[in-house]
Amino acid sequence: MNAPDMSAFPLRLEGPSVPMVSFRKVTKTYGSLVVLDSLDLDVNEGEMVTIIGPSGSGKTTVLRMLMTLESINDGVIYVEGEPLTHMPKGGQLVPADARHLRRIRSKIGMCFQSFNLFPHMTALENCMEGPVHVLGLSRKEARERAEDLLAMVGMAEKRDQHPSRLSGGQQQRVAIARALAMRPKIMLFDEVTSALDPEVIGEVTNVIRKLVAEYNLTMLMVTHQMGFARDISDRVCFFYGGKICEQGSPDELFGNPRQERTQQFLSAVREAI
Amino acid sequence: MLDWRWDFTWEILPRLLVATGNTLLAALLGYGLAIVLGLALALAQRTPWRVLGMVVREAVEFIRSTPLVLQIFFVFYVGPQFGVRLSPWTAGMIAIGLHYAAYLSEVFRAGLESVPKGQWEAATSLNLSPARTYFRVIIPQAIPSSLAGMGNYLVGIFKDTPMLSVIGVAELMHTANAIGSETYRFLEPYTLVGIIFLAISLPTAGGIRLFEGWVRRKLGILK
Repeated sequence: MNAPDMSAFPLRLEGPSVPMVSFRKVTKTYGSLVVLDSLDLDVNEGEMVTIIGPSGSGKTTVLRMLMTLESINDGVIYVEGEPLTHMPKGGQLVPADARHLRRIRSKIGMCFQSFNLFPHMTALENCMEGPVHVLGLSRKEARERAEDLLAMVGMAEKRDQHPSRLSGGQQQRVAIARALAMRPKIMLFDEVTSALDPEVIGEVTNVIRKLVAEYNLTMLMVTHQMGFARDISDRVCFFYGGKICEQGSPDELFGNPRQERTQQFLSAVREAI
Repeated sequence: MLDWRWDFTWEILPRLLVATGNTLLAALLGYGLAIVLGLALALAQRTPWRVLGMVVREAVEFIRSTPLVLQIFFVFYVGPQFGVRLSPWTAGMIAIGLHYAAYLSEVFRAGLESVPKGQWEAATSLNLSPARTYFRVIIPQAIPSSLAGMGNYLVGIFKDTPMLSVIGVAELMHTANAIGSETYRFLEPYTLVGIIFLAISLPTAGGIRLFEGWVRRKLGILK
Protein backbone atom coordinates (compact mmCIF):
# COMPACT_ATOMS: atom_id res chain seq x y z
CA MET A 1 0.00 0.00 0.00
CA ASN A 2 1.28 3.48 -0.81
CA ALA A 3 1.82 5.95 1.99
CA PRO A 4 -1.28 8.13 2.21
CA ASP A 5 -0.91 11.58 0.70
CA MET A 6 -0.81 13.96 3.66
CA SER A 7 -0.36 17.16 1.65
CA ALA A 8 -4.11 17.80 1.71
CA PHE A 9 -4.04 18.22 5.49
CA PRO A 10 -2.81 21.43 7.13
CA LEU A 11 0.08 21.22 9.62
CA ARG A 12 -2.21 22.89 12.11
CA LEU A 13 -5.65 24.41 12.07
CA GLU A 14 -5.70 28.16 12.34
CA GLY A 15 -8.35 30.80 12.41
CA PRO A 16 -10.63 32.59 14.86
CA SER A 17 -12.66 29.56 15.90
CA VAL A 18 -10.53 26.45 15.84
CA PRO A 19 -12.58 23.48 17.03
CA MET A 20 -11.44 21.67 20.16
CA VAL A 21 -11.53 18.39 18.28
CA SER A 22 -11.53 17.94 14.55
CA PHE A 23 -11.71 14.67 12.65
CA ARG A 24 -10.65 15.18 9.03
CA LYS A 25 -11.41 12.37 6.60
CA VAL A 26 -10.63 9.80 9.27
CA THR A 27 -10.76 6.22 8.09
CA LYS A 28 -10.38 3.14 10.24
CA THR A 29 -10.41 -0.38 8.86
CA TYR A 30 -9.93 -3.81 10.34
CA GLY A 31 -8.83 -5.91 7.39
CA SER A 32 -11.59 -5.47 4.83
CA LEU A 33 -14.08 -4.12 7.38
CA VAL A 34 -14.44 -0.35 7.18
CA VAL A 35 -15.32 0.93 10.68
CA LEU A 36 -14.99 4.64 10.01
CA ASP A 37 -15.38 5.85 6.46
CA SER A 38 -13.71 9.22 5.81
CA LEU A 39 -15.29 10.78 8.88
CA ASP A 40 -15.44 14.56 9.29
CA LEU A 41 -16.49 15.75 12.73
CA ASP A 42 -15.79 18.96 14.62
CA VAL A 43 -16.47 19.47 18.30
CA ASN A 44 -16.25 23.00 19.66
CA GLU A 45 -14.92 24.08 23.00
CA GLY A 46 -17.41 23.47 25.79
CA GLU A 47 -19.72 21.51 23.53
CA MET A 48 -21.38 18.24 24.59
CA VAL A 49 -21.74 15.99 21.58
CA THR A 50 -23.48 12.64 21.85
CA ILE A 51 -22.99 9.85 19.38
CA ILE A 52 -25.80 7.35 18.91
CA GLY A 53 -26.31 4.57 16.45
CA PRO A 54 -26.62 0.82 16.04
CA SER A 55 -23.80 -1.42 17.25
CA GLY A 56 -21.03 -1.74 14.73
CA SER A 57 -21.65 1.74 13.36
CA GLY A 58 -18.24 2.95 14.54
CA LYS A 59 -19.36 5.17 17.41
CA THR A 60 -17.07 3.73 20.06
CA THR A 61 -14.19 3.74 17.56
CA VAL A 62 -14.48 7.53 17.33
CA LEU A 63 -13.74 7.86 21.05
CA ARG A 64 -11.07 5.18 21.06
CA MET A 65 -9.21 6.84 18.21
CA LEU A 66 -9.33 10.19 19.95
CA MET A 67 -7.90 8.53 23.08
CA THR A 68 -5.19 6.98 20.83
CA LEU A 69 -6.29 3.46 21.77
CA GLU A 70 -6.67 2.67 18.07
CA SER A 71 -4.34 3.55 15.23
CA ILE A 72 -5.54 5.59 12.27
CA ASN A 73 -5.56 4.30 8.70
CA ASP A 74 -6.17 7.57 6.92
CA GLY A 75 -6.99 11.17 7.72
CA VAL A 76 -5.91 13.35 10.62
CA ILE A 77 -7.38 14.11 14.03
CA TYR A 78 -6.67 17.59 15.38
CA VAL A 79 -6.95 18.65 19.02
CA GLU A 80 -7.03 22.39 19.67
CA GLY A 81 -5.75 22.83 16.13
CA GLU A 82 -2.71 20.61 16.62
CA PRO A 83 -2.56 17.23 14.92
CA LEU A 84 -2.92 14.34 17.38
CA THR A 85 -2.36 11.33 15.16
CA HIS A 86 0.42 13.05 13.24
CA MET A 87 3.09 15.63 13.84
CA PRO A 88 4.71 18.21 11.62
CA LYS A 89 8.19 17.30 10.52
CA GLY A 90 10.13 18.95 7.71
CA GLY A 91 7.06 20.85 6.57
CA GLN A 92 4.74 17.86 6.34
CA LEU A 93 2.70 15.59 8.57
CA VAL A 94 4.25 12.30 9.63
CA PRO A 95 2.78 9.70 12.04
CA ALA A 96 3.05 10.92 15.63
CA ASP A 97 5.78 9.48 17.85
CA ALA A 98 5.21 8.42 21.46
CA ARG A 99 6.30 11.78 22.86
CA HIS A 100 3.95 13.75 20.65
CA LEU A 101 1.07 11.41 21.48
CA ARG A 102 1.75 11.84 25.19
CA ARG A 103 1.73 15.60 24.94
CA ILE A 104 -1.53 15.91 23.01
CA ARG A 105 -3.19 13.02 24.86
CA SER A 106 -2.74 14.88 28.15
CA LYS A 107 -5.67 17.09 27.09
CA ILE A 108 -8.04 14.14 26.93
CA GLY A 109 -9.64 11.97 29.60
CA MET A 110 -11.84 8.94 29.16
CA CYS A 111 -14.34 6.81 31.07
CA PHE A 112 -15.06 3.27 29.94
CA GLN A 113 -18.04 0.96 29.88
CA SER A 114 -16.21 -1.51 32.15
CA PHE A 115 -14.82 1.24 34.48
CA ASN A 116 -11.26 -0.15 34.29
CA LEU A 117 -10.33 1.04 37.76
CA PHE A 118 -7.04 -0.35 39.03
CA PRO A 119 -8.25 -3.15 41.33
CA HIS A 120 -5.17 -3.18 43.57
CA MET A 121 -5.57 0.48 44.49
CA THR A 122 -8.18 2.17 46.65
CA ALA A 123 -10.56 4.75 45.17
CA LEU A 124 -8.26 7.51 46.41
CA GLU A 125 -5.10 5.84 45.08
CA ASN A 126 -6.79 5.38 41.70
CA CYS A 127 -7.38 9.13 41.58
CA MET A 128 -3.84 9.98 42.74
CA GLU A 129 -1.87 7.69 40.42
CA GLY A 130 -1.90 9.94 37.36
CA PRO A 131 -1.53 13.29 39.16
CA VAL A 132 1.50 12.03 41.14
CA HIS A 133 3.28 10.01 38.46
CA VAL A 134 2.33 11.85 35.28
CA LEU A 135 1.63 15.45 36.32
CA GLY A 136 4.30 15.40 39.02
CA LEU A 137 2.10 16.72 41.83
CA SER A 138 3.22 16.16 45.41
CA ARG A 139 1.31 13.44 47.25
CA LYS A 140 -0.33 16.10 49.40
CA GLU A 141 -1.55 18.15 46.43
CA ALA A 142 -2.71 15.04 44.59
CA ARG A 143 -4.54 13.82 47.68
CA GLU A 144 -6.38 17.11 48.10
CA ARG A 145 -7.34 17.16 44.44
CA ALA A 146 -8.51 13.53 44.57
CA GLU A 147 -10.50 14.08 47.77
CA ASP A 148 -12.25 17.12 46.28
CA LEU A 149 -13.19 15.20 43.16
CA LEU A 150 -14.34 12.13 45.08
CA ALA A 151 -16.54 14.44 47.16
CA MET A 152 -17.87 15.99 43.96
CA VAL A 153 -18.95 12.57 42.65
CA GLY A 154 -20.32 11.61 46.09
CA MET A 155 -17.67 9.03 46.86
CA ALA A 156 -15.76 10.75 49.68
CA GLU A 157 -16.79 8.16 52.24
CA LYS A 158 -15.65 5.25 50.09
CA ARG A 159 -12.25 6.69 49.23
CA ASP A 160 -10.29 3.99 51.08
CA GLN A 161 -12.20 1.09 49.52
CA HIS A 162 -10.85 -1.10 46.75
CA PRO A 163 -12.98 -1.30 43.58
CA SER A 164 -14.01 -4.89 44.39
CA ARG A 165 -15.96 -3.48 47.37
CA LEU A 166 -17.83 -0.92 45.25
CA SER A 167 -20.97 -1.26 43.14
CA GLY A 168 -20.81 -0.59 39.41
CA GLY A 169 -22.29 2.87 39.79
CA GLN A 170 -19.80 3.70 42.52
CA GLN A 171 -16.89 2.39 40.45
CA GLN A 172 -17.95 4.48 37.49
CA ARG A 173 -18.16 7.61 39.65
CA VAL A 174 -14.64 6.95 40.93
CA ALA A 175 -13.52 6.47 37.31
CA ILE A 176 -14.97 9.88 36.42
CA ALA A 177 -13.11 11.45 39.35
CA ARG A 178 -9.91 9.66 38.29
CA ALA A 179 -10.16 11.06 34.76
CA LEU A 180 -10.98 14.59 36.00
CA ALA A 181 -7.99 14.54 38.36
CA MET A 182 -5.79 14.86 35.27
CA ARG A 183 -7.56 18.17 34.44
CA PRO A 184 -8.39 17.25 30.85
CA LYS A 185 -10.00 19.73 28.48
CA ILE A 186 -11.87 16.98 26.69
CA MET A 187 -13.78 14.15 28.36
CA LEU A 188 -14.88 11.01 26.56
CA PHE A 189 -17.66 8.82 27.92
CA ASP A 190 -17.85 5.43 26.23
CA GLU A 191 -21.18 3.78 27.11
CA VAL A 192 -20.51 4.53 30.76
CA THR A 193 -23.93 3.32 31.87
CA SER A 194 -24.21 0.21 29.70
CA ALA A 195 -22.73 -2.18 32.29
CA LEU A 196 -24.82 -0.78 35.16
CA ASP A 197 -27.96 -2.06 36.82
CA PRO A 198 -30.91 0.19 35.91
CA GLU A 199 -31.35 1.53 39.43
CA VAL A 200 -27.82 2.95 39.63
CA ILE A 201 -27.67 4.54 36.17
CA GLY A 202 -29.03 7.77 37.64
CA GLU A 203 -26.14 8.26 40.04
CA VAL A 204 -23.71 8.26 37.10
CA THR A 205 -25.82 10.37 34.75
CA ASN A 206 -26.33 12.90 37.55
CA VAL A 207 -22.57 13.31 37.86
CA ILE A 208 -22.32 13.91 34.11
CA ARG A 209 -25.16 16.45 34.31
CA LYS A 210 -23.16 18.21 37.00
CA LEU A 211 -20.08 18.29 34.77
CA VAL A 212 -22.10 19.83 31.96
CA ALA A 213 -23.53 22.47 34.28
CA GLU A 214 -20.43 23.37 36.27
CA TYR A 215 -17.33 22.57 34.21
CA ASN A 216 -16.20 24.06 30.95
CA LEU A 217 -15.35 20.70 29.44
CA THR A 218 -15.65 19.59 25.87
CA MET A 219 -17.40 16.25 25.95
CA LEU A 220 -18.00 13.43 23.56
CA MET A 221 -20.33 10.69 24.71
CA VAL A 222 -21.48 7.40 23.26
CA THR A 223 -24.66 6.20 24.90
CA HIS A 224 -27.79 4.11 24.53
CA GLN A 225 -29.68 6.31 27.02
CA MET A 226 -31.69 8.32 24.52
CA GLY A 227 -33.57 10.34 27.12
CA PHE A 228 -30.32 11.33 28.80
CA ALA A 229 -28.75 12.20 25.44
CA ARG A 230 -31.69 14.40 24.59
CA ASP A 231 -31.55 16.22 27.93
CA ILE A 232 -27.92 16.90 28.07
CA SER A 233 -26.42 17.23 24.58
CA ASP A 234 -25.75 20.33 22.56
CA ARG A 235 -25.63 18.18 19.46
CA VAL A 236 -26.44 14.58 18.64
CA CYS A 237 -24.79 12.60 15.83
CA PHE A 238 -26.45 9.50 14.44
CA PHE A 239 -23.83 7.09 13.12
CA TYR A 240 -24.53 4.50 10.51
CA GLY A 241 -22.00 2.38 8.62
CA GLY A 242 -18.97 4.34 9.76
CA LYS A 243 -20.38 7.71 8.77
CA ILE A 244 -22.46 10.42 10.35
CA CYS A 245 -25.86 9.75 8.81
CA GLU A 246 -27.55 12.73 10.46
CA GLN A 247 -26.69 15.30 13.10
CA GLY A 248 -28.40 18.19 14.79
CA SER A 249 -29.71 19.59 18.04
CA PRO A 250 -31.37 16.98 20.28
CA ASP A 251 -34.81 18.39 19.55
CA GLU A 252 -34.22 18.26 15.79
CA LEU A 253 -32.74 14.80 15.76
CA PHE A 254 -35.09 13.13 18.23
CA GLY A 255 -38.17 15.25 17.45
CA ASN A 256 -37.93 15.48 13.72
CA PRO A 257 -35.40 13.08 12.19
CA ARG A 258 -35.07 13.57 8.45
CA GLN A 259 -33.17 10.47 7.40
CA GLU A 260 -35.04 7.21 7.04
CA ARG A 261 -32.24 5.31 8.84
CA THR A 262 -32.46 7.65 11.81
CA GLN A 263 -36.23 7.22 11.97
CA GLN A 264 -35.90 3.44 11.84
CA PHE A 265 -33.24 3.42 14.54
CA LEU A 266 -35.17 5.72 16.86
CA SER A 267 -38.42 3.86 16.50
CA ALA A 268 -36.63 0.53 17.12
CA VAL A 269 -35.08 1.98 20.26
CA ARG A 270 -38.46 3.30 21.45
CA GLU A 271 -40.09 -0.08 20.91
CA ALA A 272 -37.42 -1.67 23.07
CA ILE A 273 -38.55 0.53 25.97
CA MET B 1 18.83 -56.95 57.60
CA LEU B 2 18.53 -53.24 57.96
CA ASP B 3 21.68 -51.98 59.54
CA TRP B 4 20.83 -48.45 60.72
CA ARG B 5 23.38 -46.94 63.08
CA TRP B 6 22.09 -44.12 65.25
CA ASP B 7 25.50 -43.08 66.58
CA PHE B 8 26.71 -42.61 62.99
CA THR B 9 23.48 -40.73 62.16
CA TRP B 10 24.03 -38.19 64.96
CA GLU B 11 27.69 -37.91 64.01
CA ILE B 12 27.00 -36.87 60.39
CA LEU B 13 23.89 -34.78 61.04
CA PRO B 14 25.72 -31.49 61.85
CA ARG B 15 27.75 -31.78 58.66
CA LEU B 16 24.60 -32.34 56.61
CA LEU B 17 22.82 -29.43 58.28
CA VAL B 18 25.70 -27.12 57.35
CA ALA B 19 25.35 -28.36 53.77
CA THR B 20 21.60 -27.72 54.00
CA GLY B 21 22.49 -24.07 54.49
CA ASN B 22 24.40 -24.17 51.20
CA THR B 23 21.50 -25.90 49.48
CA LEU B 24 19.07 -23.23 50.68
CA LEU B 25 21.48 -20.49 49.68
CA ALA B 26 21.89 -21.99 46.20
CA ALA B 27 18.11 -22.38 45.80
CA LEU B 28 17.35 -18.82 46.93
CA LEU B 29 20.15 -17.17 44.94
CA GLY B 30 19.23 -19.17 41.86
CA TYR B 31 15.55 -18.38 42.35
CA GLY B 32 16.18 -14.66 42.80
CA LEU B 33 18.19 -14.63 39.60
CA ALA B 34 15.48 -16.66 37.84
CA ILE B 35 12.74 -14.21 38.88
CA VAL B 36 14.59 -11.15 37.60
CA LEU B 37 15.71 -12.84 34.38
CA GLY B 38 12.37 -14.56 33.89
CA LEU B 39 10.51 -11.26 34.14
CA ALA B 40 12.92 -9.72 31.64
CA LEU B 41 12.38 -12.66 29.26
CA ALA B 42 8.60 -12.36 29.62
CA LEU B 43 8.60 -8.59 29.04
CA ALA B 44 10.98 -8.93 26.08
CA GLN B 45 8.38 -11.09 24.35
CA ARG B 46 5.81 -8.32 24.71
CA THR B 47 7.80 -5.45 23.19
CA PRO B 48 6.83 -4.07 19.80
CA TRP B 49 10.17 -5.34 18.41
CA ARG B 50 9.11 -8.59 16.80
CA VAL B 51 12.64 -9.85 16.14
CA LEU B 52 13.64 -9.51 19.80
CA GLY B 53 10.48 -11.35 20.81
CA MET B 54 11.18 -14.18 18.39
CA VAL B 55 14.80 -14.57 19.49
CA VAL B 56 13.79 -14.65 23.16
CA ARG B 57 10.99 -17.09 22.42
CA GLU B 58 13.41 -19.50 20.71
CA ALA B 59 15.98 -19.12 23.48
CA VAL B 60 13.34 -19.96 26.10
CA GLU B 61 12.26 -23.01 24.10
CA PHE B 62 15.88 -24.12 23.74
CA ILE B 63 16.58 -23.85 27.46
CA ARG B 64 13.37 -25.66 28.38
CA SER B 65 14.06 -28.48 25.94
CA THR B 66 17.57 -29.35 27.14
CA PRO B 67 18.50 -30.98 30.48
CA LEU B 68 19.58 -28.80 33.39
CA VAL B 69 22.56 -31.02 34.12
CA LEU B 70 23.86 -30.47 30.58
CA GLN B 71 23.51 -26.72 31.00
CA ILE B 72 25.44 -26.86 34.28
CA PHE B 73 28.26 -28.86 32.66
CA PHE B 74 28.25 -26.55 29.68
CA VAL B 75 28.64 -23.34 31.64
CA PHE B 76 31.29 -24.84 33.92
CA TYR B 77 33.41 -26.95 31.53
CA VAL B 78 32.85 -25.34 28.12
CA GLY B 79 33.02 -21.77 29.39
CA PRO B 80 36.81 -21.86 29.99
CA GLN B 81 37.38 -22.74 26.30
CA PHE B 82 35.96 -19.32 25.53
CA GLY B 83 37.99 -17.72 28.28
CA VAL B 84 35.09 -17.66 30.78
CA ARG B 85 36.40 -19.25 33.97
CA LEU B 86 33.80 -19.43 36.71
CA SER B 87 33.83 -20.91 40.19
CA PRO B 88 31.44 -23.86 40.70
CA TRP B 89 29.10 -21.59 42.63
CA THR B 90 28.98 -18.87 39.99
CA ALA B 91 28.63 -21.31 37.12
CA GLY B 92 25.97 -23.24 39.03
CA MET B 93 23.94 -20.12 39.85
CA ILE B 94 24.06 -18.92 36.25
CA ALA B 95 23.00 -22.31 34.86
CA ILE B 96 20.21 -22.98 37.34
CA GLY B 97 19.07 -19.32 37.34
CA LEU B 98 18.85 -19.28 33.55
CA HIS B 99 17.12 -22.65 33.42
CA TYR B 100 14.42 -21.62 35.86
CA ALA B 101 14.18 -18.15 34.31
CA ALA B 102 13.00 -19.88 31.14
CA TYR B 103 10.26 -21.70 33.07
CA LEU B 104 9.30 -18.67 35.14
CA SER B 105 9.09 -16.47 32.03
CA GLU B 106 6.24 -18.71 30.86
CA VAL B 107 4.49 -18.27 34.21
CA PHE B 108 4.94 -14.49 34.04
CA ARG B 109 3.83 -14.38 30.42
CA ALA B 110 0.57 -16.11 31.30
CA GLY B 111 0.16 -13.85 34.33
CA LEU B 112 0.72 -10.68 32.29
CA GLU B 113 -1.70 -11.88 29.64
CA SER B 114 -4.35 -12.52 32.28
CA VAL B 115 -4.56 -8.80 33.10
CA PRO B 116 -7.56 -7.37 31.18
CA LYS B 117 -6.82 -5.13 28.20
CA GLY B 118 -8.95 -2.41 29.76
CA GLN B 119 -6.25 -1.87 32.37
CA TRP B 120 -3.80 -0.87 29.62
CA GLU B 121 -6.42 1.40 28.10
CA ALA B 122 -7.12 3.11 31.41
CA ALA B 123 -3.38 3.61 31.95
CA THR B 124 -3.07 5.10 28.46
CA SER B 125 -6.00 7.42 29.11
CA LEU B 126 -4.16 8.66 32.21
CA ASN B 127 -1.03 9.08 30.10
CA LEU B 128 1.03 6.69 32.26
CA SER B 129 4.26 5.70 30.48
CA PRO B 130 4.61 2.05 29.38
CA ALA B 131 7.25 1.39 32.07
CA ARG B 132 5.07 2.86 34.80
CA THR B 133 2.04 0.99 33.49
CA TYR B 134 3.97 -2.28 33.81
CA PHE B 135 5.34 -1.64 37.28
CA ARG B 136 2.36 0.12 38.87
CA VAL B 137 -0.62 -1.43 37.08
CA ILE B 138 0.07 -4.61 35.14
CA ILE B 139 2.71 -6.49 37.14
CA PRO B 140 0.97 -6.04 40.53
CA GLN B 141 -2.15 -7.58 39.01
CA ALA B 142 -0.18 -10.38 37.34
CA ILE B 143 1.40 -11.42 40.63
CA PRO B 144 -1.55 -13.23 42.25
CA SER B 145 -2.20 -15.44 39.24
CA SER B 146 1.54 -16.13 38.87
CA LEU B 147 2.12 -17.12 42.50
CA ALA B 148 0.99 -20.74 42.22
CA GLY B 149 3.34 -21.37 39.31
CA MET B 150 6.13 -19.43 40.99
CA GLY B 151 5.69 -21.55 44.12
CA ASN B 152 5.95 -24.78 42.14
CA TYR B 153 9.22 -23.66 40.64
CA LEU B 154 10.58 -22.53 44.01
CA VAL B 155 10.14 -26.09 45.26
CA GLY B 156 11.43 -27.30 41.88
CA ILE B 157 14.66 -25.31 41.99
CA PHE B 158 15.23 -26.44 45.58
CA LYS B 159 14.91 -30.08 44.57
CA ASP B 160 17.19 -29.54 41.56
CA THR B 161 20.08 -28.09 43.58
CA PRO B 162 21.63 -31.60 43.98
CA MET B 163 22.53 -31.33 40.29
CA LEU B 164 25.07 -28.71 41.32
CA SER B 165 27.00 -31.51 43.06
CA VAL B 166 28.25 -32.64 39.63
CA ILE B 167 30.50 -29.58 39.45
CA GLY B 168 31.48 -29.73 43.11
CA VAL B 169 29.16 -27.26 44.85
CA ALA B 170 29.18 -28.40 48.48
CA GLU B 171 25.44 -28.69 48.90
CA LEU B 172 23.52 -31.54 50.56
CA MET B 173 23.93 -34.20 47.91
CA HIS B 174 27.61 -33.48 47.43
CA THR B 175 28.18 -33.73 51.19
CA ALA B 176 26.21 -36.96 51.48
CA ASN B 177 28.29 -38.44 48.65
CA ALA B 178 31.47 -37.32 50.38
CA ILE B 179 30.38 -38.95 53.65
CA GLY B 180 29.53 -42.13 51.76
CA SER B 181 32.86 -42.38 50.05
CA GLU B 182 34.74 -41.67 53.28
CA THR B 183 32.86 -44.22 55.42
CA TYR B 184 31.35 -46.64 52.89
CA ARG B 185 27.99 -46.06 54.59
CA PHE B 186 25.29 -44.65 52.30
CA LEU B 187 22.04 -45.60 54.04
CA GLU B 188 22.13 -42.94 56.77
CA PRO B 189 23.39 -39.93 54.76
CA TYR B 190 21.02 -40.49 51.82
CA THR B 191 18.07 -41.14 54.11
CA LEU B 192 18.81 -37.97 56.02
CA VAL B 193 19.08 -36.00 52.78
CA GLY B 194 15.63 -37.27 51.77
CA ILE B 195 14.16 -36.34 55.14
CA ILE B 196 15.71 -32.87 55.05
CA PHE B 197 14.35 -32.21 51.54
CA LEU B 198 10.90 -33.40 52.59
CA ALA B 199 10.98 -31.32 55.77
CA ILE B 200 11.61 -28.17 53.74
CA SER B 201 9.54 -28.84 50.59
CA LEU B 202 6.25 -29.72 52.28
CA PRO B 203 5.91 -26.64 54.53
CA THR B 204 7.11 -24.41 51.68
CA ALA B 205 4.36 -25.63 49.37
CA GLY B 206 1.77 -25.06 52.11
CA GLY B 207 3.25 -21.66 52.95
CA ILE B 208 3.01 -20.55 49.35
CA ARG B 209 -0.73 -21.26 49.28
CA LEU B 210 -1.23 -19.16 52.42
CA PHE B 211 0.99 -16.43 50.98
CA GLU B 212 -1.06 -16.37 47.77
CA GLY B 213 -4.26 -15.71 49.72
CA TRP B 214 -2.53 -13.05 51.79
CA VAL B 215 -1.23 -11.25 48.68
CA ARG B 216 -4.68 -11.26 47.10
CA ARG B 217 -6.20 -9.72 50.22
CA LYS B 218 -3.36 -7.22 50.51
CA LEU B 219 -3.82 -6.09 46.90
CA GLY B 220 -7.57 -5.93 47.36
CA ILE B 221 -8.08 -8.41 44.52
CA LEU B 222 -10.76 -10.99 45.22
CA LYS B 223 -10.73 -14.19 43.23
